Amino acid sequence: MSTSSRHTLSVLVEDKPAVLARVASLFARRAFNIHSLAVGPTEHPSLSRITVVVDVEDSPLEQVVKQLNKLVNVLKVVELEPETSVQREVLLVKVRADTATRGQVLDVVNVFRAAVVDVAPEAMTIEAIGAPEKNAALLKVLEPFGIREIVQSGVVAVGRGSRSIADRALRSA
Amino acid sequence: MNAGSPAVAASGAGADTALSATPRDADRTAERITGAQSIVRSLEHAGVEVVFGLPGGAILPTYDPLLDSTELRHVLVRHEQGAGHAAQGYAAATGRVGVCMATSGPGATNLVTAIADAHMDSVPMVAVTGQVSSKAIGTDAFQEADIVGITQPITKHNYLVTDPDDIPRVIAEAFHLASTGRPGPVLVDVTKDAQQAMTTFRWPTSTAELDLPGYHPTTRPHAKQVREAAKMIAEARRPVLYVGGGVIRAQASAELRRLVDLSRAPVVTTLMARGALPDSHPANLGMPGMHGTVAAVTALQRADLIVSLGARFDDRVTGVLASFAPHAAIVHADIDPAEIGKNRRVDVPIVGDAREVISDLVPALEAEHAAGRRADLTGWWRQLDDLRTTYPLGYDEPDDGSLSPQKVIERLGAISGPDTVFTSGVGQHQMWAAQFIKYEKPNTWLNSGGLGTMGYSVPAAMGAKVGRPGSVVWAIDGDGCFQMTNQELATCAIEGIPIKVAVINNSSLGMVRQWQTLFYEGRYSNTDLHTGVGAAPGARIPDFVKLADAYGCAGLRCEDPADLDATIEAAMAVNDRPVVVDFVVHRDAMVWPMVAAGLSNDAIQYARGLSPVWDREEQDPETGLEMNGSDR
Repeated sequence: MSTSSRHTLSVLVEDKPAVLARVASLFARRAFNIHSLAVGPTEHPSLSRITVVVDVEDSPLEQVVKQLNKLVNVLKVVELEPETSVQREVLLVKVRADTATRGQVLDVVNVFRAAVVDVAPEAMTIEAIGAPEKNAALLKVLEPFGIREIVQSGVVAVGRGSRSIADRALRSA
Repeated sequence: MNAGSPAVAASGAGADTALSATPRDADRTAERITGAQSIVRSLEHAGVEVVFGLPGGAILPTYDPLLDSTELRHVLVRHEQGAGHAAQGYAAATGRVGVCMATSGPGATNLVTAIADAHMDSVPMVAVTGQVSSKAIGTDAFQEADIVGITQPITKHNYLVTDPDDIPRVIAEAFHLASTGRPGPVLVDVTKDAQQAMTTFRWPTSTAELDLPGYHPTTRPHAKQVREAAKMIAEARRPVLYVGGGVIRAQASAELRRLVDLSRAPVVTTLMARGALPDSHPANLGMPGMHGTVAAVTALQRADLIVSLGARFDDRVTGVLASFAPHAAIVHADIDPAEIGKNRRVDVPIVGDAREVISDLVPALEAEHAAGRRADLTGWWRQLDDLRTTYPLGYDEPDDGSLSPQKVIERLGAISGPDTVFTSGVGQHQMWAAQFIKYEKPNTWLNSGGLGTMGYSVPAAMGAKVGRPGSVVWAIDGDGCFQMTNQELATCAIEGIPIKVAVINNSSLGMVRQWQTLFYEGRYSNTDLHTGVGAAPGARIPDFVKLADAYGCAGLRCEDPADLDATIEAAMAVNDRPVVVDFVVHRDAMVWPMVAAGLSNDAIQYARGLSPVWDREEQDPETGLEMNGSDR
């Protein structure tokens, strides 16, 4: 288990009303801090996946996982380690770019293999998909140009290799 | 495995279990009925015999077919909180699932305290509430409250039902969830239009028909962990069995007794576990914790091994965690994995039902003994017996000739006998009832342990009496607690539920007053209730005897120690209606021993300012124990 305080949990849940509220309120009432959250459908129509990044030390993390497992609508909780999983977040950033600086901004976009998704006379909007560290680096480089707005998704993550968390969960069910 | 009734004996995961002892195939036909009828029929199929509730607009459709049910008794309470605690009392006394019912909005929110209480104390309970029509949800409609949202953190699970076809499955799931694994409350909120719409009734015949893919409680303990625990028990020189409410809920008293007799280890029974092992058993050191016995508290502090069975290292037991039982290795057995290691680091975790864990520990420990591994506990027992002899539970009689509250409670226990069910409120009288009544059987001591709900006693006694009509049920209450829920005396009088209420009347919020005495220089801020002691003649507000009379109950008063036994005998003789006894007691009596909040258990005092003397210079280097009781 990693010693850092940031952990990525993949939580497989039933696709039923209020399940997200149950998960989110659990974090709040047990005083655990959610860093990011992403929810979406899975390969099974009856199941959704919540990817949650939490800031906790190892020992409270164990308590988080156990409490999550107690929720009746939760089928499986897996911690995804950075080394054995692919983790991505989507970043949309609106940055100042006029005729004088547009070329420099485009250079940055190319270096980071990001994309320009909207251009206006005074600004452009850049889309970047990557690991949180890469997106953080991009923001740092763009900062001197003047950042107007940042919109960031929660991290989504999947374990490397052929195994499926949902298959394992449903088999044990 | 209990195949039928919703008993709490946690049924195993995996194998499908039947949900009704008497499957009624006729009910599986496609007869068209209303959602309301489906609710009533579902409760009947779940084996429910009594529902505590109070009707209102959004649950009205369900109350109509309820009138025709021959299998369900409905007890009409005077406040929904009373329905909730009655369901708890019924469940705790019988081991079956308690059921309460209320309407939307304020009806449902009035259940919240009881639901939270059941959640903290793992009481199997199903609450059925009406909700405004599905089209009105979210519009701040009349008597609308998001009770599913409100009770999310205090239920094991809850449901909002808007489709009448879901009713039988959801209610079957609710009873399954409430009664298996770690028991707890489940709320089922049904919209009014779902109650009114037509549906077909189809009761699930086995757990396979339930839609609970994420629910698989572990009841069978891991054999390797059990062997490891047995080895540690066999080799420990200062073991303690730390027994909690899980042993009561799992109905594991017989198994516990075998383990105790085999291991000869000392036992402490928590507030929730009083009665799990008879108090007359020589290994029972009594209650640990803030108001525990010196022997029980010290045994845990000096133990080299604590075997926790269905307990959760609650702060009222451990005191300051960092200094709790510093020399002890920990075996922690619990049905709820989240309890294990939550507060105290654990050496051997065992997830499983307490009865199964203890059943498996017995042969495992026998095998250890057969292999010649068995530590000599003589020295440990000598130390603990010294503690018991030197620092027994006790109290001083008031020197002004008034009634001692401890004496009242002690005599109540002695006169009414071991088959009596006792409930209590929260505060001094609760602690005295836990200390001075000798419990010989499980499920005879019902109280609000985790949440600490004042007002639990009377309605819980009502529920217990309905569940066990052949038992004497005493509600031991304080004058503060009693005024929170005594309206249920009307329910008891009208429904023929002859409970007995002992109001330990010190005319104040006694436990708060005790803290004000000890920690706030005797500044009694807002703790005087003017119900008796010190009040001028005619100034008892209320006069509990007159109040009892007004509610159609017998009312007695006792103020003189000379009348104590006769008054209790007189109350025991009243069996045709409820009886309330106003025991006007000395108000300065305090609960001892006590570990003050925020202190280590080593700082236990057996009376104000008096701690057991630990002779640090001459203590046994291994046990740290050398008691000197000569200051007493």
